[in-house]
Amino acid sequence: MGKGLIVRHRSLLILTTTVTVSALTLSACGSRDDKSGGGDSGEKTTVVIGVDAPLTGDLSALGQGIKNSSDLAVKTANKNNEVEGVTFKLESLDDQAQAGTGQQNATKLVGNDKVVGVVGPLNSHVGQSMQKVFGNADLVQVSPANTAPELSQGPNWQKGDKKRLFDTYFRTSTTDAVQGPYAAQYLFNKRKLKKAYIIDDKKTYGAGLAGTFSDEFKKLGGKVVGTDHINPDDRDFSAVGTKVAKSKADFVYYGGEYPAGAPLSAQITKAGSKAPVVGGDALYSEEYIKLGKKNVEGDLATSVGAPLETLDTAKTFMENYKSAGYKLPYEAYGGYSYDSTWAIIQAVKAVVEKNDGKLPDNIDDTRKQVTEAMQDVKFKGVTGDVAFDEYGDTTNKQLSVYEVKGGKHKPVQTGTFEEG
Amino acid sequence: MQDLPDQLANGLALGALYGLIAIGYTMVYGIVQLINFAHGEIFMIGGFGALTAYLWLPDGTGLAVALPLMILLAVVCAVLVAIGAERFAYRPLRGGPRLSPLITAIGLSLALQQAVWAFYPDAKKARPFPQLGGSDFDLGFVTLSREDLFIFVSAPVCMLALGLFVAKTRTGRAMQATSQDPDTAKLMGVNTDRIIVMAFAIGAAFAAVAAIAQGFKTGEVNFRMGFIAGLKAFTAAVLGGIGNIYGAMVGGLVLGVAEALATAYIGDIPGLEQFGGGSWKDVWAFILLILVLLVRPQGILGERLADRA
Repeated sequence: MGKGLIVRHRSLLILTTTVTVSALTLSACGSRDDKSGGGDSGEKTTVVIGVDAPLTGDLSALGQGIKNSSDLAVKTANKNNEVEGVTFKLESLDDQAQAGTGQQNATKLVGNDKVVGVVGPLNSHVGQSMQKVFGNADLVQVSPANTAPELSQGPNWQKGDKKRLFDTYFRTSTTDAVQGPYAAQYLFNKRKLKKAYIIDDKKTYGAGLAGTFSDEFKKLGGKVVGTDHINPDDRDFSAVGTKVAKSKADFVYYGGEYPAGAPLSAQITKAGSKAPVVGGDALYSEEYIKLGKKNVEGDLATSVGAPLETLDTAKTFMENYKSAGYKLPYEAYGGYSYDSTWAIIQAVKAVVEKNDGKLPDNIDDTRKQVTEAMQDVKFKGVTGDVAFDEYGDTTNKQLSVYEVKGGKHKPVQTGTFEEG
Repeated sequence: MQDLPDQLANGLALGALYGLIAIGYTMVYGIVQLINFAHGEIFMIGGFGALTAYLWLPDGTGLAVALPLMILLAVVCAVLVAIGAERFAYRPLRGGPRLSPLITAIGLSLALQQAVWAFYPDAKKARPFPQLGGSDFDLGFVTLSREDLFIFVSAPVCMLALGLFVAKTRTGRAMQATSQDPDTAKLMGVNTDRIIVMAFAIGAAFAAVAAIAQGFKTGEVNFRMGFIAGLKAFTAAVLGGIGNIYGAMVGGLVLGVAEALATAYIGDIPGLEQFGGGSWKDVWAFILLILVLLVRPQGILGERLADRA
C-alpha cells in the first residue's frame, strides 16, 4: 500500500512537471520581445500600427476582415504619402477571442517601440483586458467593434454615473447602450411584435446587449415571455428550441455571436417555431447565413452605422478592397477598421505637423502626443463622419436593421437612436 | 410540462449521440484500461470525413445517394486515424506506467485538433454541414425532425450489431476474454494485439456515425467539436459503468435526458429560477453523475470495477 502511494505520487509529479513545462514553453512563445527591423531609410521613419483581432477560431471571419481593412488603410496612406516622412507598417496579432491572449498581445505591442497605435480588438471582453496595458503605456487604441458601454463610460454608466477610465481608449463603433434599445424600438413600434424570448451567452457583449434590449422593450410595454442563457461553446440547443416554440414568443432576441447564434436559430426553427431570431452586429455576418442556411430566413440583426452600400464614402473603400485582392470579405467591421486605422494615421499626422515635420525622438513622447491628438481627430471616413466624444466614443450614432432575405442580409431600416 | 414528450425526444437524441461516442471510451477502457482522451478528436475527424465525401460529390446529389458515401468515408477516416493512433502512440507505451499513455492521449488530442485546423481547407472556422431538409414527422404526441431520426435509427442498429458481434462471433468472444484477463487470453491463443486494434476501430466507427448525427443536428462541423462531445461521452461512459458497452449507451441516454430536462424545467421550480436554462444544464448533469457514483461507484450497469484499475 505504502509503495503504491509513492508510485502514485511520482506519477503525479511527472504529470505536474509536464504540464508546467509545456505551459512555460507556451507562454514564452507569447512574450518574445519583438524589435521590428523597419529602421530609418533615408529620412523616412517607419512606425507600426498594431492590429489585434481573432484571426483564427470561430470569429476569424470577422477578425480577418478587420485585419485586411486595416492593411488597406495602411497601404493607402503609404501610397498617397499621407504623412510626410512617415511610412506605416502593420503588425497583426491573433487574440483567438480570448481575454488572456489579448492581454499578452497588448503587452507585446507595448514592448515594440515602433508601435504608435493599435486597432482592435473585436470582442468587448478582450477589449476590457487590454485597456489597462495600453493605458499605462499611453498607447492609443481604437476599436472598430467593441460595443460594451462600460469600456468607455465606466462600470456605472447605467446609473448615469459616466466616467471615462482610460484616455487611450477610443472606438468607431456604436455601443450596446444604443444598439439594444434601437432594436427594441424597431421591433415594438414598426413590427408590432409584443412578446420576446430573450437569450444570451453570458459574455460581456452578449449579456450587455440582451440587458439593454430587455430594459427598453419592457419600457415600451413589450412582454418578455421567457429568458435563457446558453454556453457559447455548445452546439446542441434542441431543448432551448422546444422551450421557445412552446412559449409562443413573437421573436427571440439573442445577445451573442454568430457561431452559437446560427445553430441556435436553426434549432429553434426545427423545433417548430416561426419566431425570427433578432440580434446585434455579431449576427450580421455572412457566416451566420452559411451556417444556418434556410433556417435563418427572416432573422434580423442590427449593426452600427448605415449600410456601406448606401454611403458614397464607402464606395471607394469597397472598390479598393476588391482590387487589392484580399481572399476574405471585409465583413461587418471592415469599414470601421479602415476608419480606426485612418484615425491613428491622422493622429500621427497631427503630431508630425506639430513637431515641425518629425515625430518626437522618444517613443513615449510620440505615444503620448498621438493619444492627445486622437481626441481632436476629425475626418470623413468610410462609415460617415469620424470624431470622438469626451468618452472616446464615436459621435456617429447611426444604426441599421438588416433582415435575412433570400440568403443575404438586406437593410430594412437605417436611423439614429433617440431616447424615448 | 406539455412539451415533455418533445423534450424527452430532444434528450434521447442527444443521449444516443453521447452513447455512440461513449462506446469508444468504454471498449478501449474495458480491454486496455486506457482512457483514450483523443477519442473526441476521432469523432471530429469522422465529421470532417463525412463533409469531405459530401463536397466531393457533384452539387445536387440527393442525400439518399450521398448519405451512405458520407457514412463510409467518415468511418474509414476515423478508423484509420484510430488505428494509427493505437499503433504509433499507445502500443509503444503498453506496459509502461499508467500515466504515460494518458498524457500521450491528451497530447494526441491537441495534435489532431491542430492538424485539422491547419490542413483541412477553411477549417479555421466552422464548416457548414449538409442538412436533410424536408418537414418534421408529427407523431401526434411528439414531433421528430429528420435530423433526430438519423440518430434514432442509427444508434439502435449500431448497438444491436455490436451486441451480436460481441456475444456471437469468435472475435467477439476473444474480445470478452481479453477484457477479463489479457494474459490468460493470450495463453489460450488469442491475438491480443489484434483485439486491441479491433476495439479502437469499432469505437472509431461508432464515433464517426455520431459525428454525422451531430453534423445534421447542429448544421456544422468544426475542429473543436470533439472536445465538449468527448468530455460528455466520457462522462456518459463513467455514468453507465465504464467497461460495459450497454452501460455506455444507458449512461449517454441518462445524461442526454438529464440535460434536456434541466434546460427545460429546473428554471420553473420556485427558488431555482437562477439555476435553470441552457447554461446550467452541465452543472445539473454533473450533479447527477456525482449522485449516481455515490450510490453506485461502479456506474449504473458497471459490474467489476473492483478488480480493475
